[in-house]
Amino acid sequence: MIQMANKEGTSFLHQVMAETPRGERLLHCIQCGSCGGSCPNGPDMDYSPRILFALIQAGEREKVLSANTMWMCVSCYYCTTRCPQQIPITDIMYTLKRMSLREGLAKGTDAPALARTFVHYLATYGRAFELGLATRFYLFNKPLAMVKMGPLGLKMLAHGRMSLMPKRIRNIGQLQAIIAKAQDLGD
Amino acid sequence: MKYAFYPGCSLEASSAAYARSIEAVCRALGIELVEVDDWNCCGATEYHSLHRLTAAAVIARNLALVDQQLTQLVAPCAACFLNLKKVDHQMADEPAWADKVNAALAAGGLHYQPGRVKVRHLVEVLHSDVGKEGIQARVKKSLAGLKVAPYYGCQIVRPFKDWDNPEYPMKLDELMSWVGAEVVPYPTKAACCGGHMTQISEAQAYELLRRLLQSAVDAGADVILCMCPMCQLNLDAYQSAVNSYFGTNYRMPILFFTQVLGLAFGLSLKELGFGSEIVAALPVLRQKVPAVLAAAKS
Repeated sequence: MIQMANKEGTSFLHQVMAETPRGERLLHCIQCGSCGGSCPNGPDMDYSPRILFALIQAGEREKVLSANTMWMCVSCYYCTTRCPQQIPITDIMYTLKRMSLREGLAKGTDAPALARTFVHYLATYGRAFELGLATRFYLFNKPLAMVKMGPLGLKMLAHGRMSLMPKRIRNIGQLQAIIAKAQDLGD
Repeated sequence: MKYAFYPGCSLEASSAAYARSIEAVCRALGIELVEVDDWNCCGATEYHSLHRLTAAAVIARNLALVDQQLTQLVAPCAACFLNLKKVDHQMADEPAWADKVNAALAAGGLHYQPGRVKVRHLVEVLHSDVGKEGIQARVKKSLAGLKVAPYYGCQIVRPFKDWDNPEYPMKLDELMSWVGAEVVPYPTKAACCGGHMTQISEAQAYELLRRLLQSAVDAGADVILCMCPMCQLNLDAYQSAVNSYFGTNYRMPILFFTQVLGLAFGLSLKELGFGSEIVAALPVLRQKVPAVLAAAKS
Protein backbone atom coordinates (compact mmCIF):
# COMPACT_ATOMS: atom_id res chain seq x y z
CA MET A 1 0.00 0.00 0.00
CA ILE A 2 1.11 3.52 -0.77
CA GLN A 3 2.68 5.52 2.05
CA MET A 4 0.41 8.18 3.39
CA ALA A 5 1.58 11.53 2.12
CA ASN A 6 1.02 13.72 5.13
CA LYS A 7 -1.19 14.33 8.12
CA GLU A 8 -4.01 15.68 5.97
CA GLY A 9 -3.77 12.66 3.70
CA THR A 10 -4.16 10.39 6.67
CA SER A 11 -7.25 12.15 7.90
CA PHE A 12 -8.99 12.24 4.51
CA LEU A 13 -8.27 8.55 3.87
CA HIS A 14 -9.49 7.65 7.34
CA GLN A 15 -12.60 9.73 6.98
CA VAL A 16 -13.51 7.97 3.74
CA MET A 17 -12.88 4.59 5.36
CA ALA A 18 -14.83 5.44 8.50
CA GLU A 19 -17.92 6.49 6.55
CA THR A 20 -18.00 3.31 4.45
CA PRO A 21 -19.01 -0.14 5.65
CA ARG A 22 -15.88 -2.33 5.39
CA GLY A 23 -14.14 0.83 4.17
CA GLU A 24 -10.85 -0.24 5.81
CA ARG A 25 -10.36 -2.53 2.81
CA LEU A 26 -9.28 0.60 0.93
CA LEU A 27 -5.88 0.18 2.63
CA HIS A 28 -5.42 -2.99 0.61
CA CYS A 29 -5.75 -1.43 -2.87
CA ILE A 30 -3.00 -2.82 -5.09
CA GLN A 31 -3.66 -0.36 -7.94
CA CYS A 32 -4.51 -3.17 -10.35
CA GLY A 33 -7.17 -1.23 -12.28
CA SER A 34 -9.79 -4.00 -12.37
CA CYS A 35 -12.30 -1.37 -11.19
CA GLY A 36 -11.86 1.11 -14.03
CA GLY A 37 -11.62 -1.69 -16.57
CA SER A 38 -14.94 -3.09 -15.37
CA CYS A 39 -16.76 0.22 -15.24
CA PRO A 40 -19.38 0.91 -17.94
CA ASN A 41 -18.74 4.63 -17.55
CA GLY A 42 -14.99 4.38 -16.92
CA PRO A 43 -13.99 6.20 -20.13
CA ASP A 44 -16.04 9.26 -19.14
CA MET A 45 -14.60 9.62 -15.66
CA ASP A 46 -12.11 12.38 -14.77
CA TYR A 47 -10.20 9.78 -12.80
CA SER A 48 -10.79 6.04 -12.81
CA PRO A 49 -11.54 4.57 -9.38
CA ARG A 50 -7.94 3.27 -9.24
CA ILE A 51 -6.51 6.77 -9.71
CA LEU A 52 -9.07 8.21 -7.34
CA PHE A 53 -7.97 5.81 -4.62
CA ALA A 54 -4.35 6.84 -5.08
CA LEU A 55 -5.46 10.49 -4.81
CA ILE A 56 -7.37 9.71 -1.61
CA GLN A 57 -4.27 8.09 -0.14
CA ALA A 58 -2.24 11.12 -1.21
CA GLY A 59 -4.66 13.39 0.63
CA GLU A 60 -5.88 15.22 -2.48
CA ARG A 61 -9.20 16.04 -0.91
CA GLU A 62 -10.39 18.78 -3.21
CA LYS A 63 -9.31 17.02 -6.39
CA VAL A 64 -11.15 13.88 -5.32
CA LEU A 65 -14.33 15.53 -4.09
CA SER A 66 -14.70 17.73 -7.16
CA ALA A 67 -14.13 14.85 -9.61
CA ASN A 68 -17.00 13.52 -11.69
CA THR A 69 -16.00 9.91 -10.98
CA MET A 70 -18.54 9.13 -8.28
CA TRP A 71 -21.33 10.91 -10.17
CA MET A 72 -20.64 8.72 -13.20
CA CYS A 73 -21.02 5.63 -11.02
CA VAL A 74 -24.25 3.80 -11.89
CA SER A 75 -24.08 1.41 -8.90
CA CYS A 76 -23.74 -1.68 -11.09
CA TYR A 77 -21.26 -3.27 -8.64
CA TYR A 78 -19.06 -4.84 -11.33
CA CYS A 79 -15.99 -3.26 -9.71
CA THR A 80 -17.07 -4.38 -6.24
CA THR A 81 -17.51 -8.02 -7.22
CA ARG A 82 -14.34 -8.08 -9.33
CA CYS A 83 -11.98 -6.27 -6.94
CA PRO A 84 -9.39 -8.86 -5.89
CA GLN A 85 -8.95 -7.03 -2.58
CA GLN A 86 -12.65 -6.96 -1.61
CA ILE A 87 -12.81 -3.18 -1.55
CA PRO A 88 -16.46 -2.04 -1.42
CA ILE A 89 -15.89 0.35 -4.30
CA THR A 90 -19.53 1.23 -5.05
CA ASP A 91 -20.07 2.07 -1.38
CA ILE A 92 -16.95 4.24 -1.39
CA MET A 93 -18.47 6.11 -4.36
CA TYR A 94 -21.59 6.76 -2.25
CA THR A 95 -19.39 8.05 0.58
CA LEU A 96 -17.56 10.37 -1.83
CA LYS A 97 -20.88 11.65 -3.19
CA ARG A 98 -22.03 12.54 0.33
CA MET A 99 -18.72 14.19 1.26
CA SER A 100 -18.65 16.10 -2.01
CA LEU A 101 -22.15 17.47 -1.40
CA ARG A 102 -21.43 18.33 2.24
CA GLU A 103 -18.37 20.30 1.21
CA GLY A 104 -20.06 21.97 -1.75
CA LEU A 105 -17.63 20.50 -4.26
CA ALA A 106 -20.06 18.65 -6.55
CA LYS A 107 -20.13 20.37 -9.90
CA GLY A 108 -21.12 19.78 -13.50
CA THR A 109 -23.67 17.11 -12.63
CA ASP A 110 -27.43 17.00 -12.27
CA ALA A 111 -27.24 13.88 -10.10
CA PRO A 112 -27.49 15.70 -6.73
CA ALA A 113 -30.56 17.62 -7.91
CA LEU A 114 -32.19 14.39 -9.04
CA ALA A 115 -31.40 12.76 -5.69
CA ARG A 116 -32.80 15.73 -3.73
CA THR A 117 -35.97 15.86 -5.81
CA PHE A 118 -36.48 12.11 -5.44
CA VAL A 119 -36.01 12.29 -1.68
CA HIS A 120 -38.38 15.26 -1.44
CA TYR A 121 -41.24 13.09 -2.71
CA LEU A 122 -40.20 10.18 -0.52
CA ALA A 123 -40.24 12.34 2.61
CA THR A 124 -43.50 14.07 1.66
CA TYR A 125 -45.57 11.10 0.51
CA GLY A 126 -43.59 8.00 1.48
CA ARG A 127 -43.60 6.92 -2.14
CA ALA A 128 -41.79 7.94 -5.28
CA PHE A 129 -43.89 10.01 -7.67
CA GLU A 130 -42.59 9.65 -11.19
CA LEU A 131 -44.52 12.46 -12.87
CA GLY A 132 -43.69 14.89 -10.07
CA LEU A 133 -40.06 13.82 -10.04
CA ALA A 134 -39.68 14.29 -13.78
CA THR A 135 -41.45 17.66 -14.03
CA ARG A 136 -39.90 19.17 -10.91
CA PHE A 137 -36.40 17.91 -11.75
CA TYR A 138 -36.50 19.12 -15.35
CA LEU A 139 -38.24 22.40 -14.57
CA PHE A 140 -35.65 23.47 -12.00
CA ASN A 141 -32.56 21.91 -13.55
CA LYS A 142 -32.89 21.57 -17.29
CA PRO A 143 -36.01 23.39 -18.49
CA LEU A 144 -34.93 23.22 -22.12
CA ALA A 145 -34.75 19.43 -22.03
CA MET A 146 -38.38 19.38 -20.91
CA VAL A 147 -39.47 20.05 -24.46
CA LYS A 148 -37.66 16.90 -25.53
CA MET A 149 -39.13 14.86 -22.70
CA GLY A 150 -42.71 15.94 -23.42
CA PRO A 151 -43.47 13.33 -26.12
CA LEU A 152 -42.06 10.56 -23.91
CA GLY A 153 -44.29 11.66 -21.03
CA LEU A 154 -47.32 11.62 -23.30
CA LYS A 155 -46.41 8.15 -24.57
CA MET A 156 -46.19 6.94 -20.97
CA LEU A 157 -49.58 8.47 -20.21
CA ALA A 158 -51.13 6.96 -23.33
CA HIS A 159 -49.86 3.52 -22.33
CA GLY A 160 -51.26 3.89 -18.83
CA ARG A 161 -47.83 4.06 -17.26
CA MET A 162 -47.99 7.40 -15.45
CA SER A 163 -49.98 8.31 -12.35
CA LEU A 164 -51.19 11.88 -12.26
CA MET A 165 -51.45 11.99 -8.49
CA PRO A 166 -48.91 10.98 -5.85
CA LYS A 167 -49.86 8.23 -3.43
CA ARG A 168 -49.40 8.96 0.26
CA ILE A 169 -48.70 6.16 2.71
CA ARG A 170 -51.08 5.87 5.66
CA ASN A 171 -48.51 6.39 8.37
CA ILE A 172 -46.46 9.19 6.80
CA GLY A 173 -46.00 10.75 10.26
CA GLN A 174 -44.14 7.66 11.43
CA LEU A 175 -41.83 7.73 8.40
CA GLN A 176 -41.15 11.43 8.88
CA ALA A 177 -40.33 10.89 12.56
CA ILE A 178 -37.84 8.17 11.57
CA ILE A 179 -36.26 10.41 8.92
CA ALA A 180 -35.98 13.32 11.38
CA LYS A 181 -34.38 11.10 14.02
CA ALA A 182 -31.93 9.57 11.53
CA GLN A 183 -30.85 13.02 10.39
CA ASP A 184 -30.47 14.06 13.99
CA LEU A 185 -28.24 11.09 14.76
CA GLY A 186 -25.85 12.02 11.96
CA ASP A 187 -24.22 9.73 9.44
CA MET B 1 -46.27 -21.15 -0.46
CA LYS B 2 -46.65 -17.81 1.26
CA TYR B 3 -44.28 -14.85 1.11
CA ALA B 4 -44.26 -11.25 2.25
CA PHE B 5 -44.25 -8.97 -0.80
CA TYR B 6 -42.64 -5.57 -1.31
CA PRO B 7 -43.87 -4.31 -4.72
CA GLY B 8 -41.94 -1.03 -4.85
CA CYS B 9 -43.11 2.27 -6.32
CA SER B 10 -42.53 1.50 -10.01
CA LEU B 11 -45.04 -1.33 -9.89
CA GLU B 12 -47.77 1.14 -8.94
CA ALA B 13 -47.48 3.22 -12.09
CA SER B 14 -44.82 2.89 -14.78
CA SER B 15 -44.52 -0.88 -14.38
CA ALA B 16 -48.09 -1.84 -13.55
CA ALA B 17 -47.71 -4.58 -16.19
CA TYR B 18 -45.06 -6.21 -13.99
CA ALA B 19 -47.38 -6.03 -10.96
CA ARG B 20 -50.29 -7.53 -12.86
CA SER B 21 -48.29 -10.33 -14.42
CA ILE B 22 -46.60 -11.18 -11.11
CA GLU B 23 -50.00 -11.44 -9.48
CA ALA B 24 -51.40 -13.61 -12.29
CA VAL B 25 -48.38 -15.91 -12.48
CA CYS B 26 -48.17 -16.36 -8.71
CA ARG B 27 -51.90 -17.09 -8.50
CA ALA B 28 -51.50 -19.72 -11.21
CA LEU B 29 -48.65 -21.33 -9.27
CA GLY B 30 -50.41 -21.22 -5.91
CA ILE B 31 -48.00 -18.68 -4.47
CA GLU B 32 -49.55 -16.29 -1.97
CA LEU B 33 -47.96 -12.84 -1.79
CA VAL B 34 -48.81 -10.78 1.29
CA GLU B 35 -48.07 -7.10 0.64
CA VAL B 36 -46.11 -5.38 3.41
CA ASP B 37 -48.63 -3.11 5.09
CA ASP B 38 -48.05 0.60 4.45
CA TRP B 39 -44.60 0.08 2.92
CA ASN B 40 -42.60 3.12 1.85
CA CYS B 41 -40.26 3.84 -1.06
CA CYS B 42 -36.80 2.26 -0.68
CA GLY B 43 -35.04 5.43 -1.89
CA ALA B 44 -33.57 3.59 -4.89
CA THR B 45 -29.96 4.67 -5.44
CA GLU B 46 -30.78 8.27 -4.54
CA TYR B 47 -30.92 8.42 -0.73
CA HIS B 48 -27.48 6.81 -0.29
CA SER B 49 -25.94 9.80 -2.06
CA LEU B 50 -27.36 12.21 0.51
CA HIS B 51 -27.39 10.60 3.95
CA ARG B 52 -26.33 7.07 4.82
CA LEU B 53 -28.22 6.59 8.07
CA THR B 54 -31.46 8.09 6.77
CA ALA B 55 -31.24 5.91 3.68
CA ALA B 56 -30.82 2.82 5.85
CA ALA B 57 -33.59 3.77 8.28
CA VAL B 58 -36.07 4.43 5.49
CA ILE B 59 -35.34 0.99 4.07
CA ALA B 60 -35.34 -0.73 7.46
CA ARG B 61 -38.84 0.59 8.19
CA ASN B 62 -40.08 -1.81 5.52
CA LEU B 63 -38.17 -4.75 7.00
CA ALA B 64 -39.65 -3.92 10.41
CA LEU B 65 -43.17 -3.86 8.94
CA VAL B 66 -42.94 -7.38 7.48
CA ASP B 67 -45.67 -9.56 9.02
CA GLN B 68 -44.22 -11.26 12.11
CA GLN B 69 -45.49 -14.63 10.86
CA LEU B 70 -43.46 -14.37 7.65
CA THR B 71 -39.69 -14.60 7.23
CA GLN B 72 -39.29 -14.46 3.44
CA LEU B 73 -39.72 -11.18 1.59
CA VAL B 74 -40.05 -11.11 -2.18
CA ALA B 75 -39.01 -7.92 -3.98
CA PRO B 76 -39.39 -7.86 -7.78
CA CYS B 77 -37.42 -4.65 -8.45
CA ALA B 78 -33.63 -4.67 -8.55
CA ALA B 79 -33.14 -1.49 -6.52
CA CYS B 80 -35.68 -2.47 -3.86
CA PHE B 81 -34.27 -6.01 -3.70
CA LEU B 82 -30.72 -4.82 -3.17
CA ASN B 83 -31.59 -2.03 -0.74
CA LEU B 84 -33.61 -4.34 1.50
CA LYS B 85 -31.04 -7.12 1.35
CA LYS B 86 -28.06 -4.84 1.84
CA VAL B 87 -29.47 -3.02 4.86
CA ASP B 88 -30.29 -6.34 6.50
CA HIS B 89 -26.75 -7.60 5.82
CA GLN B 90 -25.03 -4.41 6.96
CA MET B 91 -27.03 -4.35 10.18
CA ALA B 92 -26.09 -7.98 10.84
CA ASP B 93 -22.46 -7.30 9.93
CA GLU B 94 -22.05 -4.30 12.23
CA PRO B 95 -24.06 -4.37 15.49
CA ALA B 96 -23.20 -0.75 16.32
CA TRP B 97 -24.71 0.27 12.98
CA ALA B 98 -27.78 -1.84 13.65
CA ASP B 99 -28.22 -0.02 16.97
CA LYS B 100 -28.06 3.32 15.18
CA VAL B 101 -30.60 2.28 12.56
CA ASN B 102 -32.85 0.95 15.31
CA ALA B 103 -32.49 4.19 17.28
CA ALA B 104 -33.94 5.98 14.25
CA LEU B 105 -36.69 3.37 13.82
CA ALA B 106 -37.58 3.75 17.50
CA ALA B 107 -38.74 7.30 16.75
CA GLY B 108 -41.54 5.59 14.82
CA GLY B 109 -42.07 2.88 17.43
CA LEU B 110 -40.40 0.22 15.28
CA HIS B 111 -37.51 -2.21 15.64
CA TYR B 112 -35.82 -4.61 13.24
CA GLN B 113 -33.78 -7.61 14.27
CA PRO B 114 -31.15 -8.16 11.54
CA GLY B 115 -31.47 -11.56 9.89
CA ARG B 116 -35.16 -11.96 10.71
CA VAL B 117 -36.24 -11.44 7.12
CA LYS B 118 -34.64 -13.13 4.12
CA VAL B 119 -34.94 -10.93 1.04
CA ARG B 120 -35.40 -12.77 -2.25
CA HIS B 121 -36.07 -11.99 -5.88
CA LEU B 122 -39.06 -13.54 -7.62
CA VAL B 123 -36.89 -15.31 -10.21
CA GLU B 124 -35.08 -17.09 -7.38
CA VAL B 125 -38.37 -18.12 -5.77
CA LEU B 126 -39.79 -19.48 -9.02
CA HIS B 127 -36.54 -21.23 -9.91
CA SER B 128 -35.69 -22.72 -6.52
CA ASP B 129 -38.92 -23.01 -4.53
CA VAL B 130 -41.37 -23.87 -7.30
CA GLY B 131 -38.70 -25.62 -9.37
CA LYS B 132 -38.70 -27.21 -12.78
CA GLU B 133 -41.45 -29.74 -12.11
CA GLY B 134 -43.76 -27.21 -10.51
CA ILE B 135 -43.30 -24.78 -13.40
CA GLN B 136 -43.71 -27.40 -16.11
CA ALA B 137 -46.81 -28.85 -14.47
CA ARG B 138 -48.51 -25.50 -15.12
CA VAL B 139 -47.50 -25.09 -18.80
CA LYS B 140 -50.43 -25.11 -21.22
CA LYS B 141 -48.69 -23.84 -24.35
CA SER B 142 -45.01 -24.27 -25.08
CA LEU B 143 -43.14 -21.14 -26.11
CA ALA B 144 -41.10 -23.11 -28.66
CA GLY B 145 -40.25 -20.80 -31.55
CA LEU B 146 -39.74 -17.69 -29.42
CA LYS B 147 -36.15 -16.53 -28.98
CA VAL B 148 -35.72 -14.67 -25.72
CA ALA B 149 -32.75 -12.73 -24.37
CA PRO B 150 -32.88 -12.90 -20.56
CA TYR B 151 -31.68 -9.64 -19.09
CA TYR B 152 -30.70 -9.62 -15.40
CA GLY B 153 -29.16 -6.17 -15.05
CA CYS B 154 -26.90 -5.32 -12.14
CA GLN B 155 -28.31 -5.18 -8.69
CA ILE B 156 -30.11 -8.50 -8.57
CA VAL B 157 -26.91 -10.44 -9.25
CA ARG B 158 -24.37 -8.08 -7.67
CA PRO B 159 -22.81 -7.46 -5.21
CA PHE B 160 -24.42 -10.47 -3.51
CA LYS B 161 -23.40 -13.65 -5.28
CA ASP B 162 -25.42 -16.05 -3.19
CA TRP B 163 -28.09 -17.13 -5.66
CA ASP B 164 -26.60 -16.84 -9.12
CA ASN B 165 -23.36 -16.07 -10.94
CA PRO B 166 -22.62 -12.30 -10.82
CA GLU B 167 -20.92 -12.33 -14.25
CA TYR B 168 -23.09 -14.74 -16.23
CA PRO B 169 -26.23 -15.64 -14.31
CA MET B 170 -28.36 -18.54 -15.58
CA LYS B 171 -31.48 -18.86 -13.40
CA LEU B 172 -33.79 -16.84 -15.66
CA ASP B 173 -32.35 -18.66 -18.70
CA GLU B 174 -33.27 -21.98 -17.12
CA LEU B 175 -36.71 -20.82 -16.00
CA MET B 176 -37.61 -19.69 -19.52
CA SER B 177 -36.22 -22.84 -21.12
CA TRP B 178 -38.51 -24.91 -18.84
CA VAL B 179 -41.53 -23.39 -20.60
CA GLY B 180 -40.12 -24.10 -24.06
CA ALA B 181 -38.68 -20.71 -24.97
CA GLU B 182 -35.48 -20.71 -26.97
CA VAL B 183 -33.04 -18.85 -24.74
CA VAL B 184 -30.30 -17.15 -26.74
CA PRO B 185 -26.83 -16.62 -25.29
CA TYR B 186 -26.92 -12.96 -24.29
CA PRO B 187 -23.42 -11.67 -23.50
CA THR B 188 -24.63 -8.41 -21.94
CA LYS B 189 -27.23 -10.09 -19.72
CA ALA B 190 -25.71 -8.71 -16.52
CA ALA B 191 -24.49 -5.37 -17.88
CA CYS B 192 -25.98 -2.09 -16.68
CA CYS B 193 -28.90 -0.21 -18.28
CA GLY B 194 -27.62 3.03 -16.79
CA GLY B 195 -30.31 3.32 -14.14
CA HIS B 196 -30.98 7.01 -13.53
CA MET B 197 -28.47 8.10 -16.19
CA THR B 198 -31.34 8.56 -18.68
CA GLN B 199 -32.37 11.50 -16.49
CA ILE B 200 -29.01 13.10 -15.88
CA SER B 201 -26.63 12.23 -18.69
CA GLU B 202 -28.08 11.03 -21.96
CA ALA B 203 -24.79 10.40 -23.78
CA GLN B 204 -23.77 7.78 -21.21
CA ALA B 205 -27.28 6.37 -20.80
CA TYR B 206 -27.97 5.92 -24.49
CA GLU B 207 -24.64 4.21 -25.13
CA LEU B 208 -25.32 1.66 -22.39
CA LEU B 209 -28.80 1.02 -23.80
CA ARG B 210 -27.45 0.75 -27.35
CA ARG B 211 -25.03 -1.99 -26.25
CA LEU B 212 -27.85 -4.00 -24.68
CA LEU B 213 -30.09 -3.66 -27.75
CA GLN B 214 -27.31 -4.44 -30.24
CA SER B 215 -26.20 -7.45 -28.24
CA ALA B 216 -29.77 -8.83 -28.32
CA VAL B 217 -30.02 -8.21 -32.07
CA ASP B 218 -26.67 -9.94 -32.61
CA ALA B 219 -27.89 -12.89 -30.55
CA GLY B 220 -30.96 -13.18 -32.78
CA ALA B 221 -33.43 -12.48 -29.97
CA ASP B 222 -37.09 -11.72 -30.72
CA VAL B 223 -37.60 -10.08 -27.35
CA ILE B 224 -35.63 -8.99 -24.27
CA LEU B 225 -37.02 -10.19 -20.94
CA CYS B 226 -36.52 -7.98 -17.89
CA MET B 227 -36.69 -8.70 -14.19
CA CYS B 228 -36.41 -5.08 -13.03
CA PRO B 229 -38.80 -2.18 -13.76
CA MET B 230 -36.02 0.36 -14.29
CA CYS B 231 -34.29 -1.82 -16.88
CA GLN B 232 -37.61 -2.35 -18.69
CA LEU B 233 -38.45 1.35 -18.65
CA ASN B 234 -35.05 2.43 -19.93
CA LEU B 235 -34.90 -0.13 -22.73
CA ASP B 236 -38.53 0.30 -23.78
CA ALA B 237 -39.41 3.96 -23.29
CA TYR B 238 -36.02 5.32 -24.36
CA GLN B 239 -35.55 3.00 -27.35
CA SER B 240 -36.78 5.61 -29.82
CA ALA B 241 -34.51 8.22 -28.22
CA VAL B 242 -31.59 5.81 -28.64
CA ASN B 243 -32.56 5.38 -32.30
CA SER B 244 -32.64 9.15 -32.88
CA TYR B 245 -29.35 9.62 -31.05
CA PHE B 246 -27.40 6.98 -32.98
CA GLY B 247 -29.41 6.83 -36.21
CA THR B 248 -30.24 3.18 -35.47
CA ASN B 249 -33.50 1.40 -36.09
CA TYR B 250 -34.02 -0.90 -33.13
CA ARG B 251 -37.50 -2.31 -32.70
CA MET B 252 -36.86 -4.74 -29.91
CA PRO B 253 -39.86 -5.58 -27.73
CA ILE B 254 -39.02 -5.35 -24.02
CA LEU B 255 -41.21 -7.43 -21.73
CA PHE B 256 -41.22 -8.54 -18.13
CA PHE B 257 -40.31 -12.22 -17.80
CA THR B 258 -43.56 -12.81 -15.91
CA GLN B 259 -45.60 -11.65 -18.94
CA VAL B 260 -44.03 -14.28 -21.20
CA LEU B 261 -44.10 -16.96 -18.50
CA GLY B 262 -47.82 -16.25 -18.09
CA LEU B 263 -48.42 -16.78 -21.80
CA ALA B 264 -47.05 -20.32 -21.42
CA PHE B 265 -49.46 -20.78 -18.51
CA GLY B 266 -52.37 -19.83 -20.80
CA LEU B 267 -53.16 -16.58 -18.96
CA SER B 268 -54.89 -13.73 -20.77
CA LEU B 269 -53.13 -10.74 -22.31
CA LYS B 270 -55.11 -8.47 -20.03
CA GLU B 271 -54.11 -10.33 -16.85
CA LEU B 272 -50.51 -10.13 -17.98
CA GLY B 273 -50.59 -6.38 -18.59
CA PHE B 274 -49.91 -6.49 -22.32
CA GLY B 275 -50.53 -3.24 -24.16
CA SER B 276 -48.51 -0.95 -21.89
CA GLU B 277 -45.21 -1.69 -23.64
CA ILE B 278 -44.06 1.25 -25.78
CA VAL B 279 -42.30 -0.87 -28.42
CA ALA B 280 -45.07 -3.13 -29.74
CA ALA B 281 -44.60 -6.75 -28.68
CA LEU B 282 -47.75 -8.49 -29.89
CA PRO B 283 -46.91 -8.46 -33.64
CA VAL B 284 -43.64 -10.27 -32.92
CA LEU B 285 -45.32 -12.76 -30.58
CA ARG B 286 -48.11 -13.41 -33.11
CA GLN B 287 -45.50 -14.18 -35.72
CA LYS B 288 -43.23 -16.37 -33.59
CA VAL B 289 -45.71 -18.20 -31.36
CA PRO B 290 -49.08 -17.88 -33.13
CA ALA B 291 -50.65 -20.81 -31.29
CA VAL B 292 -49.77 -19.34 -27.89
CA LEU B 293 -51.26 -15.98 -28.86
CA ALA B 294 -54.37 -17.56 -30.33
CA ALA B 295 -54.93 -19.46 -27.08
CA ALA B 296 -54.34 -16.38 -24.91
CA LYS B 297 -57.63 -14.59 -24.43
CA SER B 298 -57.29 -10.87 -24.85
